[in-house]
Amino acid sequence: MSTESVEDFRARARSFIRDNLKPLNPDSQFGALRNDRTEEQELAYVARDREIQRMLFDNSLAGICFPKEYGGLGLTPAHQQAFNEEIAGFEFPQRFQAPTIAPCAAVLLDFGTEEQKQRHIPAILKGEEIWMQLLSEPSSGSDVASALTSAVRDGDDWILNGSKIWTTGAWWSDWGLCLARTNWDVPKHRGLTVFILPLHQDGVAVHRIEMLNGSKEFCQEFLTDVRVPDTDRVGEVDGGWTVGTRWMFHERMLFSSPLVTTPKGNLHGAAGSGSLVAVSRELGREDDPAAHELIGEARTLELTKLNLNPRIAESMTSGRLNDQAAAIGRLFNGYTGQRIFTLEFDLAGSQGAAWCDNDGAARASGEDFLMRQAACIGGGTLEMARNVISERVLGMPREKSIDKDIPFRDVPRGAPSQR
Amino acid sequence: MLVTLSSDQEALRSTTARFLDERMPVATIRGLRDEPAGYTDAYWTQACELGWAALLVSEEHGGGTVSGNPLTDLSLIAYEVGLRAAPGPLTPVSVIAETLSAVGSESQLAVLEQLMSGTATAAWAYGEPAPHDALGTVETTMRVDGDHVVIDGIKRPVENASHAAYLLVTGRTDGALTQVLVPAGTDGMSIEELTSADLTRRYGIVRFDGVRVPLDAVVGEVGGAEERVTRQLKVALAIQNAETVGSMQRAFDLTLSWTADRYSFGRPIGSYQEIKHRMADQVTWLEAAHAIADAAIVALDADTPDATELIHAASAFIGGFSGEMLQDCVQIHGGIGVTFEHDLHLFLRRVTVNRATYGTPAEHRRVVGRLATQTMPGAAA
Repeated sequence: MSTESVEDFRARARSFIRDNLKPLNPDSQFGALRNDRTEEQELAYVARDREIQRMLFDNSLAGICFPKEYGGLGLTPAHQQAFNEEIAGFEFPQRFQAPTIAPCAAVLLDFGTEEQKQRHIPAILKGEEIWMQLLSEPSSGSDVASALTSAVRDGDDWILNGSKIWTTGAWWSDWGLCLARTNWDVPKHRGLTVFILPLHQDGVAVHRIEMLNGSKEFCQEFLTDVRVPDTDRVGEVDGGWTVGTRWMFHERMLFSSPLVTTPKGNLHGAAGSGSLVAVSRELGREDDPAAHELIGEARTLELTKLNLNPRIAESMTSGRLNDQAAAIGRLFNGYTGQRIFTLEFDLAGSQGAAWCDNDGAARASGEDFLMRQAACIGGGTLEMARNVISERVLGMPREKSIDKDIPFRDVPRGAPSQR
Repeated sequence: MLVTLSSDQEALRSTTARFLDERMPVATIRGLRDEPAGYTDAYWTQACELGWAALLVSEEHGGGTVSGNPLTDLSLIAYEVGLRAAPGPLTPVSVIAETLSAVGSESQLAVLEQLMSGTATAAWAYGEPAPHDALGTVETTMRVDGDHVVIDGIKRPVENASHAAYLLVTGRTDGALTQVLVPAGTDGMSIEELTSADLTRRYGIVRFDGVRVPLDAVVGEVGGAEERVTRQLKVALAIQNAETVGSMQRAFDLTLSWTADRYSFGRPIGSYQEIKHRMADQVTWLEAAHAIADAAIVALDADTPDATELIHAASAFIGGFSGEMLQDCVQIHGGIGVTFEHDLHLFLRRVTVNRATYGTPAEHRRVVGRLATQTMPGAAA
């Protein structure tokens, strides 16, 4: 059978999308940063995402760049790009993109056994499995390789104990990709192993963290004597950093990955100049030059961001910059995100500080400002991005590290954090 | 500058770079500090022989582009100029050459030939002094009196005003914009030279006190210049942005080398995390400046509907961050960064004049914000 052309695929995608999907409801946006929905609403959005994913699968539109043997279509990034363009403005299975499809499914494709891939990739593409990355820990955010969650061999199984954190929506998710320590007597990067495990089981307690704005989408998992069969190990024993490096690569590449659906023009959940325009309308400031200036700065940053990301991608492809340059995009996104929240809050003025139920956009701006720094923390802090850019892209001297060549059990650790 | 150039574009870029390296080493640029025009006619004529003034001119009039994308090609030259803070009236000559090629009368096409050969240069008299200095404000009047036009008003700042053989002046006739090509030395027109923040770019105040020019000095139709003036501003901004990005790139390169060469407390200053993080920020702003400058230029060449928004966004972003980035380069250099001896100020000067001459960053932000307010659908909160 010959490969479907991009234009045939586009036409097929377009007619399916227009016949079956509703316009994108901005309120359904996936993310942990706003406290704007009830538990029932969020579960309804999750159910709808599963349903859409299943419809896409049944109509041969899911897993565009996934191999056919795992239920994908085996098509090209150009097909995914056409899909991204066609689905812009329509609902799409947001909760399956990150972290389920990338980095989790992408890591399974890279390192999973044949059984693991056969079992999970089709299930993901059918909307049956939503995944979480069990990566960060209460004691280690940026320093991921210092994970304390332990896995101890017990016959054909492993016993996991520890805690993972900052999993968005773990309370309604199904499976987790987990980085754990299997050897404490070697340097930190050499004693890690990756496992997969169901989240709904005895021994996994999912706690919903209340953020300062009341949102409870971020979770923490407590793993107590969780038994994982060795067949659910991903990659080599103590080879977890090899998997982890690739895992974090997929995380950084998220919105330029051909596996992921990123509707054209989508700004990944950040408030944008559209929110500012809404605030200015709500407050009757459409003709105010001061409002125009704030909106103009937000729009300028947004347009610059939209054009920076393809430039970085093109530079990595051409070899002008190495593949660590994705951190430049990360840094700019973080800067832009926090700045736009500030601009939105400045535009809203006092209604962003104290609001009533009728205040829509202006009220949200105050809450967004409170959560502003999340744009500079989640998905890798800006400080880590700056380290990567200066050391790996610009070739400036590396920071001295004292934990590289000593057994992990001898590495100094601070007091356990509050969590 | 674009990541990927066609072979023709690369040839244009490298020819420009070679010419400037040979003709305008930094010692020569420093030597032009006291040159009245800021450049010599011999230099500019040579630049024109390389086609600098012809890129926006139609083939019919002897111009032409190498890639079919005239502004993109011109931006490669502007970028190389910016990389060296090199002199020359590239912006006014390009803007006026394009206009004359598009709507010029026969006698105006003769002026175009002089501009293309470099035997004459021109000045674009667009902005006006305070309190009429807001971007786009035109108070100068152009009254039709029989077969003459009478000009009254003041233009400031006008790049290359004293040295130009012709000035393209914008004014209002019964409220509508008119443009007139005024020869240097016309009665009633006086030029006051300004002191420029740039080492080689000269500006003047041009006063028109009942200046009478024949009707055939009008470029296009009386009262019909609105669209063309808008286009001229976009072209000027596109050239200026490409030049500023070139100056940002050179300042960044100088500063990155400095962080490796300069030692404090027994180690290169580039080994301190504070400095590393600052350089990471700088390269991010720099790449972003390249990206938005190019996006606007490509959109203008393709004449896409978002071109207006993009060129003002590019000018807002580049105007704002170029100044901050260059000052951070100065800071990282320490005391040497504020001396005349070090080259850094050449680039600081260039981005400084560029961020203020055709609209401030704040003014460009306001344009972008007004467009967004007018065009965006009732958006999601």
